[in-house]
Amino acid sequence: MSSNKETVGKTLGFVFVVCLVCAALVSVSAIGLKPLQQANKLLDKQTKILEASGLLEKAGSDIVGTYTKFVEAKMIDLKTGAIIKGDTDSFDERSDSRDASKSTKPENDMAGLSRRADRAVIYLVKNDQDQLDTIVLPIVGSGLWDLMYGFVGLAPDLNTVRSVVYSDLKETPGLGAEVLNPKWKALWPGKKIYNDQGEPAIQLVKGGAKQGDVHGVDALSGATLTSNGVTSTLRFWLGSEGYGPFVANFKNGGLD
Amino acid sequence: MSSDNKKVLFGPVVDNNPIALQVLGVCSALAVTSSMANALVMTIAVILVTAFSNLFISAIRNQIPSSVRIIVQMAIIASLVIVVDQVLKAFSYQLSKELSVFIGLIITNCIVMGRAEAFAMKEKPGISFLDGIGNGLGYGAVLMVVAFFRELFGFGTVFGIEVFKLVQNDGWYQGNGLLVLPFSSFFVIGLIIWAIRQWKPEQVEED
Repeated sequence: MSSNKETVGKTLGFVFVVCLVCAALVSVSAIGLKPLQQANKLLDKQTKILEASGLLEKAGSDIVGTYTKFVEAKMIDLKTGAIIKGDTDSFDERSDSRDASKSTKPENDMAGLSRRADRAVIYLVKNDQDQLDTIVLPIVGSGLWDLMYGFVGLAPDLNTVRSVVYSDLKETPGLGAEVLNPKWKALWPGKKIYNDQGEPAIQLVKGGAKQGDVHGVDALSGATLTSNGVTSTLRFWLGSEGYGPFVANFKNGGLD
Repeated sequence: MSSDNKKVLFGPVVDNNPIALQVLGVCSALAVTSSMANALVMTIAVILVTAFSNLFISAIRNQIPSSVRIIVQMAIIASLVIVVDQVLKAFSYQLSKELSVFIGLIITNCIVMGRAEAFAMKEKPGISFLDGIGNGLGYGAVLMVVAFFRELFGFGTVFGIEVFKLVQNDGWYQGNGLLVLPFSSFFVIGLIIWAIRQWKPEQVEED
């Protein structure tokens, strides 16, 4: 390190060249790999939706084909519950819920969202006979550490649960992250969301749900806060400030 | 391979381990060792970043003005880390979802900076590249050992394959809740350092 390269001009020039090369490297990799990354992201989402509708095993390795064949995405307005036109592919719940013009502050924010996007994309899944088999609704709500994103699959009566599938969460491995445990997920099918008064009654029960309790699912042991989060997420999203209006519309006249 | 090269490449695995002897990079070793798959991917990422940052920095070591050398090193390391993160997102989305934050934090991993400053600024590119791989391997070796114990006793699995059947899956093994949490790595790393120093007493520092 001799002193002759220590002039200000040389230093600036050198830093400039290094920055230029580094910037070029980063941009080339970011842009070059973008199509692959987006394909991955989409594939991940489609996999979770198929899992929520119980088609994942049938799909095998052909996720995209099965998804295209059986799943139809629809955009709804959460306030009215009506199906609206909109680009379901580019819809991003996370960016909408941060945009004050596209989101609302829930009155009873039990899921800990602070803002809820005004629109949502739901997924209608058909069976082999081309009949509506499962409706997959995206859900999001606070767990212990952060928001947990996932899907709930419902039968066409919009009351019977087919599945609860979490896709993105930061819960403690071994405790809260056990929501991903297949054994726990297997507790869900057949549970009923609503009680006789039409209010969401589904809940996670600490110490284990009683035999024959149609609204109760065993809570995760050692993860009370995550369990509470799952309960309030489901109750929020299936209640009046979530998909409630859509559920009412749907029961009154199907999808049109 | 000459014995010098061998020493540079494999020396850091036990004799001069970046975590066990130099006690660098412990922070990320806590976070990514809850499963062996995560630890393996992190190891590969760190090996790539240390090796290539050493290579590039060494290649321009005679041109780097010493007044801005740390910033130049950071720029190169940061660029490499972003590239690794992008590649991971493109080819292994599931792992990148779990590891993304920690991949970004390789930038602050003391091993990378430490090797750039201590080795690559003085030595030729070829040997610096080997030094980078060696230190990455040393880091990875400790990571894998820690992850092995944490995953086996925390979750009853090794690389996700069931070894002890957990109570929650109708088995007999009650997972160790402590080992599931990141800070338990302190204990495991401490025990590893002790074990290495029992085996190689020359590493013990004098009071």
